[in-house]
Amino acid sequence: MSTAIAELQESPAESRVNYLNATYGIKSWLLTLDHKRIGLLYLGSITLMFFVGGMAAVLMRLHLTEPQGALFEPETYNKLFSTHGIIMVFFFLVPSIPATLGNFLIPLMIGARDVAFPRLNLMSWYIFITGAALALYATLSGGVDTGWTFYPPYSAAFSHTNVVAVALGVFVAGFSSILTGLNFIVTIHKMRAPGMTWFRLPLFIWALYATSLIFVLGTPVIAITLFLLGMERILHVGIFDPAVGGDPLLFQHLFWFYSHPAVYIMILPGMGVVSELITAFSRKKIFGYAFVAFSSLSIAIISFIVWGHHMFVTGQSIYAGLVFSVLSFLVAIPSAVKVFNWTATLYKGSISYEAPMLYALGFIGLFTIGGLTGLFLAALATDVHLNGTYFIVAHFHYVMVGGAVMAYMGGLHFWWPKITGRLYPDMWARIAAAIIFIGFNLTFFPQFVLGYLGMPRRYAIYPSEFQVLNVMSSAGASILGIGYVIPLIYLIWSMRYGKPAPPNPWGAKGLEWTIPSPPPTENFETIPVVTEDAYNYASGAH
Amino acid sequence: MSELAHGAHPQGFAHQFEDMDQQRDAGRLGMWVFLVTEILFFGGMFTAYTIYRALHLPAFVQGSHQLIVKFGATNTAVLIFSSLTMALAIRSAQTGRKKGTIIFWLILTWLLGAAFIGIKLRFEWYRDYLEGLIPGVQWFYNGPHAPGVKMFMCFYFFMTGLHAIHMVVGLGILTVLVIMTARNKFSAEYYQPLEISGLYWHFVDIVWIFLFPLLYLIGGRY
Repeated sequence: MSTAIAELQESPAESRVNYLNATYGIKSWLLTLDHKRIGLLYLGSITLMFFVGGMAAVLMRLHLTEPQGALFEPETYNKLFSTHGIIMVFFFLVPSIPATLGNFLIPLMIGARDVAFPRLNLMSWYIFITGAALALYATLSGGVDTGWTFYPPYSAAFSHTNVVAVALGVFVAGFSSILTGLNFIVTIHKMRAPGMTWFRLPLFIWALYATSLIFVLGTPVIAITLFLLGMERILHVGIFDPAVGGDPLLFQHLFWFYSHPAVYIMILPGMGVVSELITAFSRKKIFGYAFVAFSSLSIAIISFIVWGHHMFVTGQSIYAGLVFSVLSFLVAIPSAVKVFNWTATLYKGSISYEAPMLYALGFIGLFTIGGLTGLFLAALATDVHLNGTYFIVAHFHYVMVGGAVMAYMGGLHFWWPKITGRLYPDMWARIAAAIIFIGFNLTFFPQFVLGYLGMPRRYAIYPSEFQVLNVMSSAGASILGIGYVIPLIYLIWSMRYGKPAPPNPWGAKGLEWTIPSPPPTENFETIPVVTEDAYNYASGAH
Repeated sequence: MSELAHGAHPQGFAHQFEDMDQQRDAGRLGMWVFLVTEILFFGGMFTAYTIYRALHLPAFVQGSHQLIVKFGATNTAVLIFSSLTMALAIRSAQTGRKKGTIIFWLILTWLLGAAFIGIKLRFEWYRDYLEGLIPGVQWFYNGPHAPGVKMFMCFYFFMTGLHAIHMVVGLGILTVLVIMTARNKFSAEYYQPLEISGLYWHFVDIVWIFLFPLLYLIGGRY
């Protein structure tokens, strides 16, 4: 690798040498310290996890086409939804945008040669892989039936499944998040190019900075909680299990202290991506830059003081419930600030509808529905009715899938030419975006109705009057599944057969578009000096 | 790699940085952020301990009586002294003293850290084992408040165990630092690994400074 870099620096005709073809062979990938290659390593691993988790979801939806359950024993169904939740949350959504696009883009966007600690970056990936392998092993050798939340007593001696192995997998993967967050914080603080002041940073960077704060502050708490949970099972001592003197409520407090902020780990990077996409395809400066930037930070901060809204009906004091309810409403403010600013950015913009923009617009609509239904759940009285029903399932899927995954897909399509140096077929991409949007809504909108009518989540069977809506949801899930397979095919196809991409195929602003596609190993021949604000489209577009 | 790309830069310089100052700042900030995560990591455990202490106060007092204050106190002194020697090692590097001086302070720190673990193992945990005070492994206790005492001892082992793991990692880091010093890796201009390892070492000491009163002293026996 060192010789390759030396060549790259010495040879003047380096336009064709990039980070992908600088070195070859499996070893050059598995031992790489290049943030761009590490981003691709993550991309491959989380794509695998996404389709494993997706398979579990498809099987669940197939099962639920009949009121008595079409395919599985209830125990198997419990394992399926646990697997789906654990894999999607901890091994896909949490690392999705930060570890792939974040790793690839942060140094490019701030004008740096790499992240601050490249070795640590590679180590994070190996830690992630170890955790993912443990979780997959545990799933294939019997699975878990605790749900992704591991609540005792479901996860205590009561459960005879692989709780310890899965918890260990999540525990290990957590350290990958912590180290990634640490690396990003230091990189954003210390590695910015001359002239790249905080208020010239792309909003994607602000969003990832806020996300990294949550990584660093929240993840250690879930790690220690899962450690205690594992110890309780191994040593048979009472910590959380009420049968042996523990307090299950304490587990919920500690669990949600991380896991509620983790929701924002999943959505904040998506908001960052959408801010980039909306400006690029409206060819306009973002409306209210500082508001959007600070709303990311305030979401990160508020996220740490709202966890009790998961516990309104689990035995928390009513006064704590009141306070948590009010605090939870607060999250709506910075979230709404973002939505209004994106909308105002679109106003009088020269909007074009390439595939990434379709995902961004889909995000705004679906996230708004997901966010507003969150207010129903933050209100104590309605939450008592809706808690534990499909309304919750629909609500968080609108945020996690309609929000986070849509943004991830949009970002992937937006930066794909930069990452691979190839263009994908635009028509297929637009068709897939439309299929995903339709499939998603058909899957999850009926679940709002089901939940409102009182169908509880996590049950393998249901009364027959709910069948029509469940069949609608299952039909939507199969459409959604097809929608996700199409991009998998054409994106892989484009890596070999796609047209070569120019440095800036969208005419977008930002340092990453000033260098060749794909970028050279050292990113910038000379470190750029930044002299203008982000999204300065006014200078050229009209 | 760095030497190829930036031949003119001093030793220990990594290619992704523009200059030595940037690298030093990044390393320092990185360690501070890491220590913040460590605080949260121990913080979850301290929270659980505090809540259970409030819920089962008599049992936790009884549990605290199972520990021997004199060993805890000795270890506290040992650790505080090791923080001093660590600081002196960094100071000698900073002021450009001979590498022998740096190595002397580092090895002294290492020995004090090892003494801490030795005392913990031989006089505390081994004794707890003999007396059946290790939940899930060897448990004979049947005095008053048995379930709560068991919970206290759980937290005692989790917290001191986690702390001891950090000590062992610290000893590993010190070993590497001794080797690096012996190979002339450090100078008055470049001693960053010493400095940020020192931050870690002091942090591990501070965790113990909280553990000692929480576990040994506030049981109402002095």
